[in-house]
Amino acid sequence: MDSGRSADRRGSPSSSPPSPTPTANHEPATNHEPATNHEPATNHEPADPAAPAGRHAPAGGQATPGSDGRTPLLSLQHAAKSFGAVHAIVDASIDLYPAEVHGLVGENGAGKSTLVKILAGVYQPDSGLLLVNGTPTALHGPAAAQEAGIAVIYQEPTLFPDLTAAENIFMGRQPLRRGRRIDTRQMRDEARALFERLGVRLDPARLCRGLSIADQQIIEIAKALSRDARIIVMDEPTAALSAAEVARLFDVAATLQASGAAVLFISHRLEEVFEICQRVTVMRDGRQVLSRELDGLTADDLVRAMVGRQLGERQEDAREKAGEVVLHVSRLTREGVFTDISFEVRAGEVVALAGLVGSGRSEVARAVFGIDRYDAGEVTIHGHALRRASPTSAMTAGVGFVPEDRRQQGLVMDMSVQQNMALASLGRLRHAGIISSKSERNFAADWALRLRIKFGRLTDPVSQLSGGNQQKVVLAKWLGRKPGLLIVDEPTRGIDIATKAEVHRLLTQLAADGVAILMISSELPEVLRVGDRILVMREGRLVAEYPHSDATEENIMSAATGQLQEQEQGQ
Amino acid sequence: MSTILAPPREPSGAPADVGSRRLTERVFRVRESGIIAVLALFVLVTALIQPRFVSSSNIQFILVNTAVYALVALGETMVILTRNVDLSVQSVLALSAYLSAGLFGHAHGIPIPVVFLVGLGIGLAFGMANGLMVALGRVPSLVVTLATLYIIQGIDILVVGGNEVVASSLPAGFVAIPNVTILGIPWLAIAVAAVIGAGAYYLRSYRSGRELYAIGSNPEGAQLAGIPVAKRVFTSFTLCGGIAGIGGVLWAAQYQTINTSAGGTNFSLIVIASVVVGGVAIFGGSGSAVGAAIGALLLGTINVALDVLGISDFWDQAIAGFLLLLAITLDRGISVRLAAALRKRSVRDGT
Repeated sequence: MDSGRSADRRGSPSSSPPSPTPTANHEPATNHEPATNHEPATNHEPADPAAPAGRHAPAGGQATPGSDGRTPLLSLQHAAKSFGAVHAIVDASIDLYPAEVHGLVGENGAGKSTLVKILAGVYQPDSGLLLVNGTPTALHGPAAAQEAGIAVIYQEPTLFPDLTAAENIFMGRQPLRRGRRIDTRQMRDEARALFERLGVRLDPARLCRGLSIADQQIIEIAKALSRDARIIVMDEPTAALSAAEVARLFDVAATLQASGAAVLFISHRLEEVFEICQRVTVMRDGRQVLSRELDGLTADDLVRAMVGRQLGERQEDAREKAGEVVLHVSRLTREGVFTDISFEVRAGEVVALAGLVGSGRSEVARAVFGIDRYDAGEVTIHGHALRRASPTSAMTAGVGFVPEDRRQQGLVMDMSVQQNMALASLGRLRHAGIISSKSERNFAADWALRLRIKFGRLTDPVSQLSGGNQQKVVLAKWLGRKPGLLIVDEPTRGIDIATKAEVHRLLTQLAADGVAILMISSELPEVLRVGDRILVMREGRLVAEYPHSDATEENIMSAATGQLQEQEQGQ
Repeated sequence: MSTILAPPREPSGAPADVGSRRLTERVFRVRESGIIAVLALFVLVTALIQPRFVSSSNIQFILVNTAVYALVALGETMVILTRNVDLSVQSVLALSAYLSAGLFGHAHGIPIPVVFLVGLGIGLAFGMANGLMVALGRVPSLVVTLATLYIIQGIDILVVGGNEVVASSLPAGFVAIPNVTILGIPWLAIAVAAVIGAGAYYLRSYRSGRELYAIGSNPEGAQLAGIPVAKRVFTSFTLCGGIAGIGGVLWAAQYQTINTSAGGTNFSLIVIASVVVGGVAIFGGSGSAVGAAIGALLLGTINVALDVLGISDFWDQAIAGFLLLLAITLDRGISVRLAAALRKRSVRDGT
């Protein structure tokens, strides 16, 4: 459905590194190994990505002009930053050129987030040099970074929920009228104009509380636009977006690029990097290991550079097919949110719930687990009805829930790794009503080993872990209860590619062990890879169901966006 | 292809925009209109039972009695909006009342405005101390101001000792402040209303005012947005202290006999209750100074109404507590409903 769109966009406005494949991509992405899509020739032998001295070593030292003699808008050279004994980044260098989208990839803990925070002025590097427009610049704080024309769109939007969309955009820079008073009308008009430029419908006077992450990001991007920021850093912006929203975002990125801005795009989805970036930097263990034009690289090259080894091909599942019905949802309705939802999940199968963000997927999951109430319908586990709005009832019945927003809903950030893991199993770890830290530790150590969680000490606060490891802690927390049904909402959001594969392996493994899994995901490749059956929701209704064998990215997308119905009606 | 790519339906932008604006407006109105309704109900019921309650002298009495609370509630609002709290206003007020009014005894013929400036200065100084510890020391404001509440109280007891400022030492012009009326409305109430109006306007229409909301709404986000958080928090505590200092001078003019018990033992909590009952979220980010003032007026009215009806003082506090719970529950209810309503709309619009 959108092959034409993506093909158009690949022609970069700057056209500086000529993209070799603007026409080679007419096949819609049914094959999810991006490497094959972007590999123009079979005889191409890529430079060893582990040796960054490819065609031009970027960590040169001076503000070396780019391949065509341009000066980078921003150049970070040999930056290092430590927190206590932890070396977040050791030697990071990056050059951002005008009118170019620059991809930054790397595993969890590779130092990408730290690099972003340095560019945002939140952290000051311990050593290294930052040049903005060729001028050495020190960013003493976020305000200085903004002053320097750097705008950061964070993975977790940082809006003010109690203020309007317009105020969020113009905070600190509101248009003024006489007497230095805020000109609310003009502010809203300008916000409206920005939204129009981005092609989105958002009410500038709307409070930001309750906005979807996608919309919150749009506000963040509008903010950057309103600042005329020349350097725009997007820290995993697509992690929580549906395909349509990603497309919207890429159009925006193209607009920014066309206006001469430098965009730093961080993503774990390599196909996205190949779609919009002209240059790429790979980080590993706090160091830059590769930085060059994307032209001539394959996804495999990047992955190898990221992990320092070749990832195994996805294992074709030898899963036992579904057993008895574990979860039965019938006619579940919550007014204005979802309507008449019925489905089953059987032991040993992974049912993926797909759909656009805002289609009601997460809401259904939350209602099933009892976090949210519902108005009508019934949820049964092994034939026993669950009490409405009672997570305790669900947990007793053997349901585990890994929420979408692990920071806020899945973890107690100030508590230790082991405490977080033990949180859902306290009943089991209790002796005479007292939780012994020894049994807690043994429990946690066992799961940490099984899930290969990387951490310093089990007693460290969980907030110190990287996103992927945090997600594993949430998984461990629920797996410790030996659930019969595991609901996972966006299990790999914001997780690097290697950990993602591990989470997928884990889910598949669990299913093979007889656990029923309900997975909600915005990532179609993930849905297709892990889901045995795929349910598609649109606007609060279940609109389609595909077995694994029939599911394609195309038919899921058309069901999710409603084109399926129109097509059928048209016939 | 093009027909498939066309959006599934053609939603007209305008109605949704208008609808949501109406929704947000309604919520803002609800926050203050709810409390105004409660106030009106209270006045109505009390007046039906005891018509004397709505006599002009009684209304004047209520307005004058509420004025200081409402004024200090303005300062407290600024602090609470930033997700902080100032418990020390009551001892700042007490010390300022004693020291400023005491000047009339020590320096005969001192102009009344100078006394106000002294009260303001005392308040600003303590406010700055609070602000420094909270904003720069990064100590939670609850702890800082609980400590300064007692420290300043201690200073008060030390300074005042067994002494008191007596009414006879105060000039007539000073003592008359609460009693002067314009068209039957106490001058004091008008002045306080004007100050609160100016404060509310500042909070709504000036960048630094909006930044207080932003800080309370998302402290981390405020930092990232480049808002000078420490400076704004410091300023809000300083202003709150200064206002409490002025409140002390007004208190002295009103009660005229000033000893260590000036302000009462409950003043800070009543002020905070007023702010919250008035619709300011206890964790900051939303609410208005006007709402806080109406909150103070409601609590003051209840106090007098129960008195007029001959109901024990016990009920006064119990009702204040009840209203506080109601306000917080309502606040939760509104925000949950609002979030649900906005989400619902998002689902409908498919945005």
